[in-house]
Amino acid sequence: MKIKQSIFSIILVVGLLILAGSCGQQGNKSGALGSNMAERAYVAPGEHDEFYAFISGGYSGQLSIYGLPSGRLFRVVPVFSVDAEKGYGFNEETKPLLNTSFGPVPWDDAHHPDLSQTNGKVDGRWCFINGNNTPRIARISLSSFETEEIIEIPNSAGNHSSSFVTENTEYVVAGTRFSVPVPQRDLPIDEYKGNFKGALTFLSVDQESGEMDLAFQVMMPGFNFDLAHPGRKKSHGWMFFSTYNTEEANSLLEVNASQNDKDYIAAINWKKAEELIANGEFETMESEYAHNIYDESTHMATTTMKKEVKVLDPSKYPGLVYFLPTPKSPHGCDVDPSGEYIIGSGKLAAALTAHSFTKMLDAIENEKFDGEAYGIPVLNYDDVVAGVVQGAGLGPLHTEFDAKGNAYTTFFISSEVVKWKLGTWEVLDRQPTYYSVGHLMIPGGNSQEPFGKYLVAMNKITKDRYLPTGPELAHSAQLYDISGDKMELILDFPTIGEPHYAAGAPADLIKPNQTKFYKLEENNHPYAAKSEKEARVERNGKEVHIYMTTIRSHFAPDNIEGIKVGDKVYFHVTNLEQDYDVPHGISMIGANTSELLIMPGQTETFIWEPKKEGVWPFYCTDFCSALHQEMQGYVRVSAPGADVPLKWTLDGE
Amino acid sequence: MKGIYLTFLIAVVGFACGGGGQSKIDQIKEQSAMAPADPYASWESNHGVGPIKAFELPAEVDQILVTNGKEVYEAKCTACHKAEKRFIGPAPKDILSRRTPAWVMNMILNPEEMVQKDPMAKQLLIDYNGSPMANQNLTEEEARAVLEYFRTL
Repeated sequence: MKIKQSIFSIILVVGLLILAGSCGQQGNKSGALGSNMAERAYVAPGEHDEFYAFISGGYSGQLSIYGLPSGRLFRVVPVFSVDAEKGYGFNEETKPLLNTSFGPVPWDDAHHPDLSQTNGKVDGRWCFINGNNTPRIARISLSSFETEEIIEIPNSAGNHSSSFVTENTEYVVAGTRFSVPVPQRDLPIDEYKGNFKGALTFLSVDQESGEMDLAFQVMMPGFNFDLAHPGRKKSHGWMFFSTYNTEEANSLLEVNASQNDKDYIAAINWKKAEELIANGEFETMESEYAHNIYDESTHMATTTMKKEVKVLDPSKYPGLVYFLPTPKSPHGCDVDPSGEYIIGSGKLAAALTAHSFTKMLDAIENEKFDGEAYGIPVLNYDDVVAGVVQGAGLGPLHTEFDAKGNAYTTFFISSEVVKWKLGTWEVLDRQPTYYSVGHLMIPGGNSQEPFGKYLVAMNKITKDRYLPTGPELAHSAQLYDISGDKMELILDFPTIGEPHYAAGAPADLIKPNQTKFYKLEENNHPYAAKSEKEARVERNGKEVHIYMTTIRSHFAPDNIEGIKVGDKVYFHVTNLEQDYDVPHGISMIGANTSELLIMPGQTETFIWEPKKEGVWPFYCTDFCSALHQEMQGYVRVSAPGADVPLKWTLDGE
Repeated sequence: MKGIYLTFLIAVVGFACGGGGQSKIDQIKEQSAMAPADPYASWESNHGVGPIKAFELPAEVDQILVTNGKEVYEAKCTACHKAEKRFIGPAPKDILSRRTPAWVMNMILNPEEMVQKDPMAKQLLIDYNGSPMANQNLTEEEARAVLEYFRTL
């Protein structure tokens, strides 16, 4: 009996082992089930991801913060769009961030996040992102994960070839996609040619505060400027912009802007531009644009309207700009980590073009020109091309790099990511994406030192990837492990809005610098009440200012009388907590605005204009303690002429 | 099969060890019938959990510390504490007749761990309706100054 059992057991175990073995073999072919792919994207409960991913929200106007490899969403940073969840654009403190020369614009189309760099390496200080529709560039602090600054870009329209950062964060560029009359004026649209201009804007960045300043604009011919990338290492000092519509069509661009066999990559020598500016060789143009800065000390943003911009006309300054002919309406314009190759992704072509920076300099020096366009020399194509990646796929869009000399390009039309070798131009691997991939991101993949390891593909079409949610679907992103010879799809995750681009950085670069709360003693908000002793109510005509405090779990004051219909009541609320992760919220019945969500040590303000007599409650909206449900108060509202004195109390005092 | 035998064996041994003629159930009954010890009773030997070890206060009150402490207390503590009256939290008046100096400073500096591990702090959380002592991130110097101020209340 026992012997029989043992034999049976041995057979069973051997059988299982064989089965397990065969599963493993199958897995190599058939995906996540059979290998450890799920494990590679798995971050155990309580553990942290290895990388941050900063993913643009496209038409959401925001910036999404994800962890890699888990694909977990941590935060949506409001940037160009109001966000009622956080009071952004609703509270009085952040409203000025959305000011423009057109008035407040509460939405934008956020496209290309890029991270600050030092010596060509991602340094974890700031993230920049462009608003495409009403041209703006925003700077987000990677300590507070808040938008600290938004600057409007004048003379620009469709701010698309933006916001790319030079090696030492000297400049952030903002290139116009649509050319427009400069200065703007009433003009028949078909007088486009010659009258419309394309402004390429260079914003300098203060290395301490991060504050941007519009240093100069290079006023280019009326092409469409699609994407940009700064030179690296040897090509540092140059900025490359891809162009399309060199035909200068003003209607039915899908046909009329696709006529030329080649468009250009524009190479701008920004070091030269700097010299010209320093020598006073520029034109000053009247303009109007908003510069909005959030001050962490006053917890408040302010707007300054700027009136002038320094402009450089490239036809007047030889050596400032050259054109590199590049096939078929190039989209991506990407520089490899060595700075030698400038990759043009001709989106209507089947091939990728790699220009050589060394050959470009040689062509310039020996004047190997093939004519000119609006006074700007066009370099001879054959004298600048380093190589062509043939038959890689259909519709190349965008390329990033790993640290091993490989490039990775997305192909929109053929829905795939293709890995190829710099220098030999041979295709090494290809993997499908689901579906119709736009940009991709490798952490540090557009810098001198890519971190490699993962690749995120951001797709335009989702279709059957997730549970259906009616006609509108979350855009899908896919994560590939690129540490081996072959790219392996390990995770698929939904995103917010339409990610056009992303940036990634190791968590260790960013985690140590986190703001955990704001110190009360450093709060310089003019309406702060920094202790309950300072809590009060002041009337100034029909304006009433409530200086209110919050702490777990009460408001001070929480009973207010003497408010009248027709008053404009400002709730200035200071969160007195001085600990990590203890925000308080506040909302008032019938207030025509959002809640406030106030971080510890911060002051925020909302306005309430009571319309009806009565006693109206307000309460804390962010679950703060076991007594959160008790965190509430009342405001008594009397008739306009009533004789009720202004009075405020907490617990009768 | 072996596993099942083993479990059974352990269970039997376990029951047998309950021993002394008293069943496990009786033991539990007896324990829950006992009045819980008063955590406040042994306050003089309780210095709390945290960075501050037991220490003696000098006889003389340091007036400079008092001034600093009052300032910190009014800025960071008065939203929940009133000197002579129970508010969100207890009144600090005469605190040193109920708590040791180290306990007070640990409660200020390390409230999260105190309400988990210290018997008096645990009881206080219950006595004050589950309202937790907020960590206001005072420095040790600030907490010491606040303590000195409490001596003058």
